[in-house]
Amino acid sequence: MTKQPRIDTSPHVSDEVRRTTCYMCACRCGINVHMKGGKVAYIEGNRDHPVNQGVLCAKGSAGIMQVNAPSRLRAPMKRVGPRGSGEFEEISWDEALQIACDWLEPIRKTDPSKLAFFTGRDQSQSFTGYWAQNFGTPNFAAHGGFCSVNMAAGGIYTMGGAFWEFGQPDWDHTKLFMLFGVAEDHDSNPIKMGIGKIKARGARVIGVNPIRTGYNAVADDWVGITPGTDGLFILSLIHELMRAGKIDLDYLARYTNAPVLVNADTNSPEHGLFLRDADGKPLVKDRKTGKLMAFDTPGVRPDLSATHEADGITHRPVMHLMAERYLDPQYAPEAVAERCGITPDKIRRIAAEIARVAFDEAFTLDHEWTDFRGETHKTMTGRPVSFHAMRGISAHSNGFQTARALHVLQILLGTVEVPGGFRFKPPYPKPVNAHPTPHCKYAPGQPLDGPHLGFVRGPEDLALKPDGSPARIDKAFTWENPMSAHGLMHMVISNAHAGDPYKIDTLFMYMANMSWNSSMNTRGVMEMLTDTDENGEYVIPRIIYSDAYSSEMVAYADLILPDTTYLERHDCISLLDRPICEADAAADAIRWPVIAPDRDVRGFQTVLVQLANKLKLPGFTAEDGTPRYQDYADYMVNHERKPGIGPLAGFRGNGEDVGRGAPNPAQIDRYIENGGFFVSHIPEGANYYKPWNMAYQDWAVGMGIFDTPQPYIFDLYAEPMRKFQLAAEGHGDRQPPDHLRDRIKATMDPLPIWYPPFEDAHVDTEEFPVHALTQRPMAMYHSWGTQNAWLRQIHGHNPLYLPTKLWEKHDFSEGDWARVTSAHGEITVPVAHMAALNENTVWTWNAIGKRKGAWALSEDAPEATRGFLLNHLIHELLPPRGDGLRWSNSDPVTGQAAWFDLRVKIEKAAAPAEAQPAFAPIKSPVGKGPDHLEWKVGK
Amino acid sequence: MTTLPASTNRKMGLVIDLDTCVGCHACVVSCKGWNTENYGAPLSDQDPYGADPTGTFLNRVHSYEVQPLATSAMPHPAAQLVHFPKSCLHCEDAPCVTVCPTGASYKRVEDGIVLVNETDCIGCGLCAWACPYGAREMDAAEGVMKKCTLCVDRIYNDNLPEEDRVPACVRTCPAGARHFGDLGDPDSDVSRLVADRGGMDLMPEQGTKPVNKYLPPRPRDTLDEVDILAPLLAPVAEEPKGFLGWLDRTLERL
Repeated sequence: MTKQPRIDTSPHVSDEVRRTTCYMCACRCGINVHMKGGKVAYIEGNRDHPVNQGVLCAKGSAGIMQVNAPSRLRAPMKRVGPRGSGEFEEISWDEALQIACDWLEPIRKTDPSKLAFFTGRDQSQSFTGYWAQNFGTPNFAAHGGFCSVNMAAGGIYTMGGAFWEFGQPDWDHTKLFMLFGVAEDHDSNPIKMGIGKIKARGARVIGVNPIRTGYNAVADDWVGITPGTDGLFILSLIHELMRAGKIDLDYLARYTNAPVLVNADTNSPEHGLFLRDADGKPLVKDRKTGKLMAFDTPGVRPDLSATHEADGITHRPVMHLMAERYLDPQYAPEAVAERCGITPDKIRRIAAEIARVAFDEAFTLDHEWTDFRGETHKTMTGRPVSFHAMRGISAHSNGFQTARALHVLQILLGTVEVPGGFRFKPPYPKPVNAHPTPHCKYAPGQPLDGPHLGFVRGPEDLALKPDGSPARIDKAFTWENPMSAHGLMHMVISNAHAGDPYKIDTLFMYMANMSWNSSMNTRGVMEMLTDTDENGEYVIPRIIYSDAYSSEMVAYADLILPDTTYLERHDCISLLDRPICEADAAADAIRWPVIAPDRDVRGFQTVLVQLANKLKLPGFTAEDGTPRYQDYADYMVNHERKPGIGPLAGFRGNGEDVGRGAPNPAQIDRYIENGGFFVSHIPEGANYYKPWNMAYQDWAVGMGIFDTPQPYIFDLYAEPMRKFQLAAEGHGDRQPPDHLRDRIKATMDPLPIWYPPFEDAHVDTEEFPVHALTQRPMAMYHSWGTQNAWLRQIHGHNPLYLPTKLWEKHDFSEGDWARVTSAHGEITVPVAHMAALNENTVWTWNAIGKRKGAWALSEDAPEATRGFLLNHLIHELLPPRGDGLRWSNSDPVTGQAAWFDLRVKIEKAAAPAEAQPAFAPIKSPVGKGPDHLEWKVGK
Repeated sequence: MTTLPASTNRKMGLVIDLDTCVGCHACVVSCKGWNTENYGAPLSDQDPYGADPTGTFLNRVHSYEVQPLATSAMPHPAAQLVHFPKSCLHCEDAPCVTVCPTGASYKRVEDGIVLVNETDCIGCGLCAWACPYGAREMDAAEGVMKKCTLCVDRIYNDNLPEEDRVPACVRTCPAGARHFGDLGDPDSDVSRLVADRGGMDLMPEQGTKPVNKYLPPRPRDTLDEVDILAPLLAPVAEEPKGFLGWLDRTLERL
């Protein structure tokens, strides 16, 4: 036998482990960065971290290749060639900041609305919004409008929170988990961990998605639904459950507005509004006494059934309206099956399985708790059915109503905030009334009158100028999309280019690849960014852009402010913003520079502080005129949004205060010692039934989440929507334009409805019979992945996947190409066969395709020659349909970009030299990457 | 020609759960990150930013579509997608070892891990030809054969906390689809898992006796089975008026 060599099985692992927060996607896991000789040697998950508990996805582990990426920008740059050419000159930070101030200062002094400041996938919106508010422009938002605002707003308007950052399944108790249309990066590791956990104990997973990859591939049952019909399927499940009486009446009576009385007189100017008491509280009928009482009266037993006559007007409980709506045969499985692409039998079986688990497998936890009406309950009832959904249902023009339908289904089952169901994460639950309304009043040299984004309660909160025209460049909070809680980033460039509603001077963007994968109508956006007026000046006069990498958008800016990578910066993942809480705990986190930049780059948030200081923005300037903050780390520690409430909740005051407390100069050090995050657990007994649980409400006040307890009931019936319908019917002094009346009446229904995706009514569905989708692979995030030497070896190609029916119909074989045409455009791309796919749907991986010259890739990289975007097929406006109007390709409630409404036709095509359309290369401002890597930083 | 040990003290290996592997490639990249930095030569990448990036990976995930055949109970079965992570299976009868002309490939007596002694490896590639699983990768920069070491530099490493003394792929797997332990011990957690879930050898007909095991996916799409006995929901009402009557009756009982 061969003699075994001696090997060292206990080698030195690292000199030091620095614990910070990942940013390879938006999941925000904790990471251990192993350092050797001052360099990053290895990245693994942090076991103590609440989000990922030690695990880490492919992106996270590949962070080391993001930090060494050759595409990193190296210094500030000013454009020297024409826009779009990529010709730049490196300049100093002093010069860069001076140029920015020379552009911004006059705008601020004359008309702050001439600045449009929109940020992409950053996680510092409470800070960037604060900056914009103090600058004074009404034109600020982040990327939610083209991402998942339907999901977020649908959830908040229904139950005071939605999925992902707002809440999570009760992984410890759930027995049936149903997920709809999930993008596999939201909420990446926690969902994988949860699925693994529940499958290990034999729970069932049902995946509803046209595409059976990822989570749907491991789902026990797959519903390969037709895109855009999820809402119809959900309403059919509701029909079946109500018809069978499989709804939680006790829960509905106590915790929802099902018993709230609604004006039923169609002639009344208050038709469809709630009957309220003198304090404005919705009224219910008490089942014991038959008397009207405010919904929150101690001892009230809200009656789900009784009607009420007052002043000759009948008032009916919401439950009546729901019975009328959802028992209608139009929602019967037979009636919806063909459109959904699901057999009636399967809809019935799923309804039966949901009902069986929710009611037959109900259980109780012996946790005593007291509700907001003062009643103490000895136990908590669990209904172990949970749901999750993301962009797949959200990125349709019916996405808001679909998201609402899903929440109504959860609520009818009594499975929200109960053991085994869906649970909120602090700062949620948070009702609409605890959110701000939108603010848009600006004046020269003055800060805006309040936060930009919010939740409208009715037409009075729309962001309109006195003449009724949109106050914001993106037309958020207008009659076209009244509840656009995240703004409409995808409309900014086209509106600014059109000068509609007005012209702007400077477009300032951060981390948003608008000239490529983050825009609809990509070619059109490039043209808008480079278009000139009759004087030869750019139509959008000035563009400032900040990015860490040489993205496609860099070439279209005039001034580049180079950002750092995520291991070189301070960040806070704040309770004021999009925190990392768990259902059982409040949590927040930081990033800190575990390595120093080796280039002349600065964290963007620090640059904003420096700009604010140069501009002497209020909020950033002390009474004596000196800057309040030197950099972002200084802001993270010392900023107070309200006295005692700052960006970070942990280690306040002397280091022991939680939630509320004075700024602590040692706060960041304490976070670093603690692994980069802070957790405060919710006491047992307070951690379920949170919207109604006084122990939770009191805990939330102590944490600084609320100033006073904010218990509320869920809005099965969304009264704010009814107020917009009433306006469209002619009531009230704020009136929509006539051309929008019918649409508002139809789509702002206060009880969830389904209507076909708008594109179906604007294109010939016979000519364009195929649905086309994109999704992101689990190992890539947006456009960031392809610059990563390891990840691009996993996902360097993105064929268009065709289902068997289309593959055979068009006689495709391996290596073939297809011409794919929509009402808007045409692409010619490589195809591949996939059987586990809805038979009328094609799809590809998102954002693999790259422009030549970007991301420091060689021009013959497969991403640039065979990679492609579906974006070329999608327009921000729907095709004309002869009414003289161009309708936005968005959800009519929120303005969410309707990416997934796309319809196409497919033909076999001769293989072109490269995927079409192809664009001229842009000059790389950073050169090209090395031709080999042997990565090892230790000896 | 290199000999295998007659037996090993333990049979350390992986159990990979194909029921829960979501195909996220976390294990692939975690492995790349640990192993480029640690045991042996770095795992190099050629043309990493160019037309044909190719690098050395000790663990890869392949995805396969499965189209079940129609049955009377399921006349239109949906296609399925199975994600299949693959790395060295540390075979008991490892043909990659016996074929090695220099003795560089060997199977450890103490734990059964198959390793390559890079200083003795001449890069002839015979072992890669002999491996029926395609689990070995020639490093183009170093000219030596690389393979899964089962993180031999982690699992006994006193410089790591005890809970971290598992292969990098196991530590990182978000879905918990990868398990590590002694498959020679019938009472170990991994052996029990294999027994409970019907764990399988990969290509047993090759006679390699792989130590790593795969847990098969549970049956899918049982809701699609035609089952006339399946309980469906019984209606309490067919129209709103009847529903409101049921509502009143039920509320009386609450």
